[in-house]
Amino acid sequence: MNVAVTDRQPDTAAQSNLGFVDCDVHPFVKSPADFDPFLSQRWRDLRASIGARSRTTFAGAPNYPRMSPGVGQRMDSWPEGGGMPGSDLKMMREQLLDKFGVAYGMMMPLVGSGLGERNVEFGAAMCTAANDWQAQVWCDAEPRLKASVQVNTEYVEAAVKEIEKRAGDRRFAQVMIPPRGLEPLGRRRYWPILEACAANGFPIALHLGGASGHPSTGGGWPSFYHEEHPSYPQSKEALVTSLVIEGVFEHIPNLKVALVEGGFAWLPSLTWRLDKQYKRLRNEVPHLKKLPSEYIRDHIWVTTQPIEEPEQPEDLLTTMEWIGWDRIMFSTDYPHWDQDDPRYAIKVPIPAAEKQMLFRDNAMSFYGLT
Amino acid sequence: MTIPGPGAIDVDIHPALPGTHVLLPYMDDYWRAHLKMRGLERDNYNAAAFPPNAAINCRPDWRPAKGFPGSDFDTLKAQALDAFQPRYAICNVLHGGPAIFSEDLSAAFCRAINDWVAHEWLDRDSRLRASIVVPQHSPELAAAEIKRCAADPRFVQVLLWEMAEIPLGRRMNWPIYRAADAHDLPIGVHAGSSYRHPPTNLGWPSYYLEDYVSWSTGFAGVLNSLISEGVFTEFPRLKVVLLESGVTWLPAWMWRANKTWRGVRAEVPWLDKSPADYAREHVRLSIQPFDGPPDHAKLLKIIEEIGCEDMLMFSTDYPHWHFDGNDAIPDGLPDALVRKILSENALKTYSRLS
Repeated sequence: MNVAVTDRQPDTAAQSNLGFVDCDVHPFVKSPADFDPFLSQRWRDLRASIGARSRTTFAGAPNYPRMSPGVGQRMDSWPEGGGMPGSDLKMMREQLLDKFGVAYGMMMPLVGSGLGERNVEFGAAMCTAANDWQAQVWCDAEPRLKASVQVNTEYVEAAVKEIEKRAGDRRFAQVMIPPRGLEPLGRRRYWPILEACAANGFPIALHLGGASGHPSTGGGWPSFYHEEHPSYPQSKEALVTSLVIEGVFEHIPNLKVALVEGGFAWLPSLTWRLDKQYKRLRNEVPHLKKLPSEYIRDHIWVTTQPIEEPEQPEDLLTTMEWIGWDRIMFSTDYPHWDQDDPRYAIKVPIPAAEKQMLFRDNAMSFYGLT
Repeated sequence: MTIPGPGAIDVDIHPALPGTHVLLPYMDDYWRAHLKMRGLERDNYNAAAFPPNAAINCRPDWRPAKGFPGSDFDTLKAQALDAFQPRYAICNVLHGGPAIFSEDLSAAFCRAINDWVAHEWLDRDSRLRASIVVPQHSPELAAAEIKRCAADPRFVQVLLWEMAEIPLGRRMNWPIYRAADAHDLPIGVHAGSSYRHPPTNLGWPSYYLEDYVSWSTGFAGVLNSLISEGVFTEFPRLKVVLLESGVTWLPAWMWRANKTWRGVRAEVPWLDKSPADYAREHVRLSIQPFDGPPDHAKLLKIIEEIGCEDMLMFSTDYPHWHFDGNDAIPDGLPDALVRKILSENALKTYSRLS
């Protein structure tokens, strides 16, 4: 993970000749003041005085300390001229975009604090600023990078307005919502946001994280990052369950969702469990007209990182087959410590047609890119 | 498939309290007077996590004309014991007593429940065994209750709720494991939540169906906690039995946990093997509700990926509704594995059964 892999040959037929689409790239600010040009005086003052207020314990550190400096950055991704990993476009080109011949990189900014801000007006303003910052600082300088519309889901009106404002701007490819909000995303009160996404042609990317204030397990707060990190798939399972069982896809039949940074091997088992228990408890959810597995097949896409590494590597392909090759999109998570290198991440050969789908075609079609 | 003949060990059946009042004879004078003063014997302290009238919580042909499913001995004897002819069946009482906020009241409830089970159930049929229910949020009192009940060899396990106040592996829970280990009792962890926290890390779901599906993710958290905290390095003989957990989530959990361990092991240096290998050595799962794929080839693949034939144990989960007739074993499993599931694995797990 922080160690260079030298014990095997890269997959030489990797991505450079495919026009690889990376579904999870993290740009960062050079300084928090980078957002100031996009904020009104009121919010600049608030940011500089009280600052961001989420639902975590520490002023400037996550609840679970990471394993490398900078809240879990790749060790070799610190720009020589200073600043955080992900803040330097030249380095991002060298380490990711040019190196792997990336056709498009989907930006998922984990900076700006707007998504989980408790003061929702401030949160909405920070989301707008982060959106302007992505478009003007990154997309305009590097058209291969696509922006994600950030919204604060606890301020529904502002979120809908922000989505409508960005509709038609081709720099924005999707709407970004953190899964761990105050309530499961399928709950009725979030539907106007989900409707706005579909109505304006945006898929939704649900990148792990959020600051719900709820423990990362149903049994309370774990002690270790060693438990927090594997809890990410559990967020995704709850998210799929909520969206399907609440009837979101029955209500919004053209909504498309990508689950980012949760892996995917948990999905077949969840699908079987949902179908089985649905048959027992369907009277509770008469708004569902199809099996949960059918909604999942029609509406849910997964990204790969952090890709599961089965004890028998070929079991990964079996799992991918069960999910459906057309529903899986490759992602690196650059520049985080646990990012997946497209040359090494998948440890068994993938047939050419499936590789083309995984690294490029699925994402091109999901995002409507050309 | 139909369970092939007698002699299986059913590791998960659920006798239920007909009402709180049945505990009064098993309480001492102080607590009996206390309950009556507050009128608690009229309240329902069954666990909210298992609404008895939900279809999934009682098979239609097992539903009694009156009273809670599982609350009548003769009915349970006919439906769970005479029908499946187990050699043993382990009673897991799903009650809210272990989660009562007052540690003292919780302990009083648990003592009474354990004595009630011994007298009203175990004494009436020699095939029945039981798990010790404990005041889960008071590890010291829980350890005392384990010690008290362990004197009766018909108590074969300690029962904990999957989702409670703090993750099960947390060091402050270790007095429970120390007491269980001292008496060679496995820890049974049953599905469900005391709802101290939302059952998902996204918050409170709307529907019971979502809660029910979330139990499996809760078990992933349980394993992450028990392994990460070092419970199995501190108590190398300890076995943990996941009850009503589902099964097919296990390979994906193993792959994720192993990968995280490889990257994050500096944080938990006491672990000397992968999480999957800890699970294979220490963790067992009951087979109902079986959350298997619709076809046999996929099922066999999952079994191969679990990579250990010692982990699965037969259960009916009586009176919950997961299968019809006597089709309590998933179709398509090899005979040798079925034999292990039916009784061999349980005999190796529960030293008090052999």
